[in-house]
Amino acid sequence: MAGLATTFGSGAMTNPINDISNEAELMLLIGTNTTEAHPVIGYKMRQAARKGCKMIVCDPRRIDLVDDADYWIRHNPGTDIPLLNGMMHIIIKEGLEDKEFVAERTENYEALKATVEAYNPEYVAELTGISVDDLYTVARLYATTDKAMIFYTLGITEHICGTRNVMSIANLAMLTGHVGRPGTGVCPIRGQNNVQGACDMGALPNVFPAYQAVNNDEIRSKFEQAWGVSLPANIGLKIPEMFEAAHAGKVKAMYILGENPVLTDPNANHIKEALENLDFLVVQELFLTETAEFADVILPAASFSECDGTFTSTERRVQRVRKAIEPLPGQANWQTICQMSTRLGYTMQYDHPGQIWDEMAALSPSMAGINYERIDQVGLHWPCPSTDHPGTPFLHAGKFTRGLGIFQPSDHIPPGEMPDEEYPFLLSTGRILYHYNVTTPYSKGINSMWDREQAEVNPLDAEKLELETGSRVIVTSRRGQVSSEVKVSDRVMPGMIWMSFHHTATPTNELTSHHLDPITGTGEYKVCAVRIEKIE
Amino acid sequence: MEMVNLYINGKEVAAPTGSTIMQAADLAGIEIPRLCYDPDLSALGACRLCVVEVKGNRLLPASCVTPVMSGMEVFTESPAVIEARRTILELLVANHPLDCMTCDKLGACKLADYCYHYGVKESPFAGGEKHQYKCDDSNPFIIRDLNKCILCGACVRACEEMTGQDNLSYLYRGFHRKATTAGDVDYAQSDCVFCGQCVALCPTGALTEKTMAGQGRRWEIERVRTTCPFCGTGCNFDLAVKDGKVIGVLSNPDSPVNGRSLCVKGRFGWDFIYNEKRLTTPLIKKNGQFEAASWDEAFDLIAQKFNAIKDEYGPDSFAALSSARCTNEENYLVQKFTRAYMGTNNVDHCART
Ligand code: SF4
Ligand code: SF4
Ligand code: SF4
Ligand code: SF4
Ligand code: FES
Repeated sequence: MAGLATTFGSGAMTNPINDISNEAELMLLIGTNTTEAHPVIGYKMRQAARKGCKMIVCDPRRIDLVDDADYWIRHNPGTDIPLLNGMMHIIIKEGLEDKEFVAERTENYEALKATVEAYNPEYVAELTGISVDDLYTVARLYATTDKAMIFYTLGITEHICGTRNVMSIANLAMLTGHVGRPGTGVCPIRGQNNVQGACDMGALPNVFPAYQAVNNDEIRSKFEQAWGVSLPANIGLKIPEMFEAAHAGKVKAMYILGENPVLTDPNANHIKEALENLDFLVVQELFLTETAEFADVILPAASFSECDGTFTSTERRVQRVRKAIEPLPGQANWQTICQMSTRLGYTMQYDHPGQIWDEMAALSPSMAGINYERIDQVGLHWPCPSTDHPGTPFLHAGKFTRGLGIFQPSDHIPPGEMPDEEYPFLLSTGRILYHYNVTTPYSKGINSMWDREQAEVNPLDAEKLELETGSRVIVTSRRGQVSSEVKVSDRVMPGMIWMSFHHTATPTNELTSHHLDPITGTGEYKVCAVRIEKIE
Repeated sequence: MEMVNLYINGKEVAAPTGSTIMQAADLAGIEIPRLCYDPDLSALGACRLCVVEVKGNRLLPASCVTPVMSGMEVFTESPAVIEARRTILELLVANHPLDCMTCDKLGACKLADYCYHYGVKESPFAGGEKHQYKCDDSNPFIIRDLNKCILCGACVRACEEMTGQDNLSYLYRGFHRKATTAGDVDYAQSDCVFCGQCVALCPTGALTEKTMAGQGRRWEIERVRTTCPFCGTGCNFDLAVKDGKVIGVLSNPDSPVNGRSLCVKGRFGWDFIYNEKRLTTPLIKKNGQFEAASWDEAFDLIAQKFNAIKDEYGPDSFAALSSARCTNEENYLVQKFTRAYMGTNNVDHCART
């Protein structure tokens, strides 16, 4: 989310989901297979497209929404920046930029102009594999439509240049004045149910709740007073750094709540070694996951149906989660965390999660106006600074969070690893409709229908390798090896194989690249090189 | 908005120009029975249960598709209307398996409710041919018993207009007409994505949630409104709870983002909460094996180890991984504990975005 935070001053989705149905005239989807990863948003997009809203899908894979799209840009994996720069090149050449918006609300425009100058349509066509005509069409259509929204997800961020990709998207939106109004904006659709909330709550090494910097003295002393302790000023470790430090023996103890990095993080073997190297590991989990196996103590967790609390959705809407049944382990997660802390020597005492929320909100200006009573029926969008504030469905109206939006031009950054003779296939990974990371495989219904990996391989490659749907293959990368069933499908390009990461029996992340986005530490899950061999 | 005035059951009401009689009645709080009409779907005008009497009109128009006109005089429960509705219900019931005693939809079945309201218990049309469709329970989520189908078309429209999956349409003619999948195959063999929108909108027991079969009558179910734990869309729904146990998920039309739409995960993925692999007691690893422990033992060991490591190696030898799946409150506590007590900013969460 660093990309949007830098350019706009806030990393969050700028516009509400319902703008899709109510406002948008054009949707540009890049690197989001919405009907599978965020189905209900995908359904809304499909309905909007059928009612006449234009839809452009930029994706190397023929995702389902391609069927309802007006244009499908099948650019090569890892060439998002050239594509976006190419569009901006045309927009500037043809004078289609929003001059007033650029002049009044942005800075660093000259640098952008200089960078995209090199991305002439012919050069871009060569890098991306799309036609010059298509590039002109989508560039003009996006620039000349009054209300145009951009959506992206992991297809953009899970690259070595993920942050740069996001900045390029923000550049395009600012260049054409498509920010700060209903039906416009840049919308990163967040993956997991509460990834927005985990960030908002300060489960990040550099900020307290509401993105208040830990190295700001004034802010730190506010939290010191509230919590009655003195607090560290140095920025902490990001996930990949934590595991590096565990490897190096610097981090000795860890507490992991409800996540399974062994299955979901790139380069799983590296994570396992790190966990092995710890002196003491506590995992709070619903199940004995691959990660929990490494624990010294496991605390049983309660599920969403057993706890009161809130989740914050991708559109920054804070909504209630309600306890429907008694917690199976006998206590809710917030109680377990409080008891653990109290036992260690720091008392945490609340009667109800609403009090935890209130403590947080009192310290967080952008959420100060939200409380359980107000969101009892309908959730509110932050920023919501006071209890009479209606919430903020769309950001950056009239002014960016950071003041002026800043163009952050980027040049093409090729993926960290590309196919070669030894590893001739490009592996891309993602989600399928039926699973969500790590809990859905425990749904008996869902697992009985979709219980195994089905790696997608193009028919041309299938013929060469003598594969058919149902064949089994070994997929090998420089880092690991997994076996999988194959599904022959023209959803993927020739030379490409696509796999999900939901199945324990096919731990795809043992294959994925060790390359990271240097800014966010996000793994390059979308591109790595592999070899495919048929198992007889 | 331009308004027209009309009279419904003698009461003067105003409605926006272009509304239907049914919408005008809804606005005025006057209930007109309906089977095929749904505010989230295009109007079909198929069941005719919503007929009303309009002064000066010899025929009884279907109120869900008839626009209002200024000065119109509408009667929603006149003898002619009641007569017509009874006949429609009798025709539907004539070829319906009256299984209400064991039907999972009773209590939320519009057909049964209207029959009750209009006193229809048996049909003068009975005795004719009845459907003998095989019940489709080819999948773990949805039971499809088309013997109870009244051809209201809500499922067909929901699949097309809410999900856009276009998996359902009408096949065959006359008595054999059927709202079904292409090729009349079971759901499991069709292009169904198991969003369950068809189930949520079906007014009868033709489409029901498999997990709820035999688990309780609709009026015994407590509904607890909550937010989906799977993706970041933030759909709301109700957990259906009976005797302290979740038995299903039901759509809640007041959900601000999704209305009654959900996807397979939100609607049918909840059963992970009862997977027998759920951990219910703390576990402590002894000689490489996990052994059940009490909360006290677990907390004591954690306190001893975490404190010792902090004392010996300093605050930055500790790191916490919080969760994008857990609540805000839990995340707040984890970062507070890490910062305020362990004394380090080594806290992050697994954010695949
Ligand atoms: S569908 Fe309705 S009328 Fe038919 S058996 Fe079930 S409850 Fe009775
Ligand atoms: S299955 Fe249900 S929704 Fe579909 S036509 Fe029959 S009664 Fe209507
Ligand atoms: S479950 Fe969804 S996709 Fe399947 S038939 Fe019903 S509405 Fe269509
Ligand atoms: S129901 Fe589906 S789309 Fe909605 S929040 Fe849950 S997983 Fe996401
Ligand atoms: S509700 Fe009007 S015709 Fe069915």
